[in-house]
Amino acid sequence: MEKQDVEHLAKLSRIAITDGEATALAGEITTILGYVSDINSITGERPEVKEVGALNNVMRDDGDPHEPGLYTEDLLNAAPERDGQYVKVKKILGDN
Amino acid sequence: MTITELRKKFIDGSYTPLDAYNDAKKVIDEKDGDIHAFVDVFDDAKAQAEDATKEYAEKGENAPALLGVPFAIKNNILIKGKRATASSKILENYVAPYDATVIERLKAEKPLLIGTTNLDEFAMGGSTENSAFGPTKNPVDESRVPGGSSGGSAASVAMGASVAALGTDTGGSVRQPASFCGLVGYKPTYGAVSRHGLIAMGSSLDQAGIFTNSVADCELIYSIIAGKDKMDATTINPDTYPAVENKEIYTIGVPRDFLSVGMDEDVLEAFDAEIERLTSLGHTVVDVSLPLMKQGLAAYYIVMPAEVSSNLARYDGMRYGLRVEGDTLLEDYMKTRAEGFGAEVKRRILLGTYVLSAGYYDAYYGKAEMVRDMMRAEINEVFKDVDIIMTPTSPTPAFKIGEKEDPLSMYLADIFTVPANLMGVPAISIPELTVEREGIILPVGVQYIAPHAGDARLFDFGKKIFDDTRA
Repeated sequence: MEKQDVEHLAKLSRIAITDGEATALAGEITTILGYVSDINSITGERPEVKEVGALNNVMRDDGDPHEPGLYTEDLLNAAPERDGQYVKVKKILGDN
Repeated sequence: MTITELRKKFIDGSYTPLDAYNDAKKVIDEKDGDIHAFVDVFDDAKAQAEDATKEYAEKGENAPALLGVPFAIKNNILIKGKRATASSKILENYVAPYDATVIERLKAEKPLLIGTTNLDEFAMGGSTENSAFGPTKNPVDESRVPGGSSGGSAASVAMGASVAALGTDTGGSVRQPASFCGLVGYKPTYGAVSRHGLIAMGSSLDQAGIFTNSVADCELIYSIIAGKDKMDATTINPDTYPAVENKEIYTIGVPRDFLSVGMDEDVLEAFDAEIERLTSLGHTVVDVSLPLMKQGLAAYYIVMPAEVSSNLARYDGMRYGLRVEGDTLLEDYMKTRAEGFGAEVKRRILLGTYVLSAGYYDAYYGKAEMVRDMMRAEINEVFKDVDIIMTPTSPTPAFKIGEKEDPLSMYLADIFTVPANLMGVPAISIPELTVEREGIILPVGVQYIAPHAGDARLFDFGKKIFDDTRA
């Protein structure tokens, strides 16, 4: 992995990184990918998992709501910036 | 000290919850400056201890099961009104608006919540050196790490500041620190315990876990926190998996081919001696072949970062946690996450983003998920012949602080513990082994793995070979 690849991944991940971080991460991620690529040595068919995995979809009725506003203050208080009943963020559409 | 012993004294009044609080507080005041097990020590604990003391006087043995028992909670589990930092700068000032289900269930039995404990940032690490608030030291030998990521919880119990603690275990984060600190550490069957209110790391791997000084204590806490929860759709029902029965005599399988991976020689010798002891107790120990276990770590370091990159996308500086201002919304994101996350967290987010990207998805994530299914099929086949699988918990005792600088060597410390998380099976670490380093006796755990929903079997077996054999 090259430095430019790391910079691209960082951009996708919405993390600003320095030049030094990009260089270090390129080396570290290359080493880790080298190790995990070992799983490509495993061949064989995907087993029939029904008997061993017991996962199924879980549904509930769309009803029984809590009282409106019950958690509003608690949750808004956690926001870095609020405007009345809203979480305040910078403009999303436009020059971004 | 165990909960069982403590409770007896609380009931007969020879020792009170207030005494327990005072003793715990004394340990924290004397030692925690060096050990740094705690993120926050609760100032309302004394009042709780006083109330608990009165309640025992009134109710005796009818008092709630954990009343007055000093308890510590890993700081990635939400306790209403307390900070839940995940030992990260991005959540440094985040106060939990609700109780995690495990906390709600614990509180019903009224333990004495002493404080919250340090961890590797967002539970990513095996040494608690990755905490944004500084490392935790091992109370057994302060030059060594307590293990991780639940190192603070392990250190809290090991130094006597609490009698039990909750942690979380995504790839060994309860069992490995239990091994390094000489405690019982437990990871339940995936879905046995609710994840609601745990700060998510790898959602298909995470489980809340337990630290105690005995298997019976662990079983007691498990019985309180486990069970179906409507807030976590992955929690299982009693009939989700086939019943796993307890036995008088167990057949234990040792995956001998798996043990060759980078183990200290004296750990292997102690492990082999322990097999002899189990045999002398009447159990049968046989070699089994589990060739895929070795590849577990590779699959884990694909699946886990993939889930990390997705789960940590929520830290955007908008709804809660840190925000660092930029000129635009995009800059807010980039700067907030650059300043808020530490190096290991960034590394895993980038790695996860890579393995999930178009063109690489099938080769990494798709393949790793297939390997998980193959591992489940492989172990279920072996469980037709044996009741429990036995390995060391860690290939070495606690290592020195600063010893493992490159990420990959740190990851290798998880080799024996990650398979249980990948497969979703329950696993316990029991402090049965010791080795000597620089004149100090260090503990090493033995890990036992049972089939899905075999939690009760691990407790039954663990009590037989550990609790019942100690003076």
